[in-house]
Amino acid sequence: MTPLLAVRDLNKTYGRHVGCADVSFTLWPGEVLGIVGESGSGKSTLLNCLAGHLPPDTGEVVFDTRADGPRDVLRMSEPERRMLGRTDWAFVHQNPRDGLRMRVSAGGNVGERLMAVGARHYGEIRDQALDWLDRVEIAGTRIDDRPAAFSGGMQQRLQIARNLVTGPRLIFMDEPTGGLDVSVQARLLDLLRGLVRQMGLSAIVVTHDLAVVRLLADRLMVMKDGHVIETGLTDQVLDDPQAPYTQLLVSSVLQV
Amino acid sequence: MIHVEDLRKSFTLHNQGAAVIPVIEGAGFVLAPGECVALTGESGAGKSTVMRILYGNYLAQGGSVWIGEVDITQAEPRDILQLRREVLGYVSQFLRVVPRVPTLDVVSEPLLNVGWGEADAQARARELLERLRIPERLWSLSPTTFSGGEQQRVNIARGFAHFYPALLLDEPTASLDATNRETVLTLIEEAKAEGAAIVGIFHDQEARARVADREVDVSTFAPVAA
Repeated sequence: MTPLLAVRDLNKTYGRHVGCADVSFTLWPGEVLGIVGESGSGKSTLLNCLAGHLPPDTGEVVFDTRADGPRDVLRMSEPERRMLGRTDWAFVHQNPRDGLRMRVSAGGNVGERLMAVGARHYGEIRDQALDWLDRVEIAGTRIDDRPAAFSGGMQQRLQIARNLVTGPRLIFMDEPTGGLDVSVQARLLDLLRGLVRQMGLSAIVVTHDLAVVRLLADRLMVMKDGHVIETGLTDQVLDDPQAPYTQLLVSSVLQV
Repeated sequence: MIHVEDLRKSFTLHNQGAAVIPVIEGAGFVLAPGECVALTGESGAGKSTVMRILYGNYLAQGGSVWIGEVDITQAEPRDILQLRREVLGYVSQFLRVVPRVPTLDVVSEPLLNVGWGEADAQARARELLERLRIPERLWSLSPTTFSGGEQQRVNIARGFAHFYPALLLDEPTASLDATNRETVLTLIEEAKAEGAAIVGIFHDQEARARVADREVDVSTFAPVAA
């Protein structure tokens, strides 16, 4: 089996400040990788470099494309990378406003991704949009409403529907449950887990919430000051952390 | 099936003056298929630590743990995950699930993970929940709101849904009434008869005497104080 994503020696600096340094890992099909660390540890920088939103200084990000096999994403042409971003990749932003079009209806938000890959039949697009709204538990009667009229949790679910409608193979998530209240978080996690299994998705989830990664991620990567300081099975890293910083992180979680 | 050799484990507490606490030194035992070994030793001797190392949940500082063809102390995360899906089961004392997932789905999930169809997996889950006397009206609810004993039985149903050739049981009969305890012991005997190698911690003396073929005293693996 070929890894879905192979990252080698990724570096990104902001002037003298280190964004992320010497990051290497492989992600296999169906695997969920969690990246944790406090704010400023470089996890979002890393995610944005991987997803092609930020140009890294050095390194390679090799993705196993459907058509041509493993290709270095960083050396692709811009149109190729954009196509990848619309088809095989999905990016769920922390703030749904960054990932949605707020002036377009919920159905339009989902349909837009379909149209971007060539769907033209209005009835079919609307049916698919309805199907996806249902999957993320948004009532079909809200299809013509704008996301501005939705609650934060609904907006986040709409963003997930918009991202998954084209059947991507890799989904990047930046704090997907950040800013949502816990009952909504639980529902969202359950939904994501179900979708990951049904669709055989791979995912890279950046978060500072250890409870989220325990439920969602197979593997964990702990970052501090731009460096990966510990990796391993999620439960192993959380239950028997080795690095001083990880021990501090795990022991700092408040027990409910 | 399970082969533990010269296992060493210590905890380094970096945030508490880098204190090093040695827990296990030179642990070793071997299990054939169909055999059940009980880990004994007083509280704090390291029984649960040994179990967790066997499951790949704790890292060992030295030695090896062969589960079938895989040395879990050296294996890659994805190999351990595959092992846990197919070969290595673990029933802990505590149930950890995603909130809102119905009990029936919690129990059938391990079967779906190894490729069973939805209908077959649900049928098997129903059968186990029935045997463990979880009332049918609770099946569609999330176990997070269940009583301690019910949660434990859901956990056991989940652990026994798929046949694991290597099974780790951490106090499977604790806090169960006599009837349910009997059911659990029968499940263990059935798994043994099918050829599962089982490592268990049983505080319940009778249960231990009934299912365990041998005992391994973990306190003999305690490091000698320097």
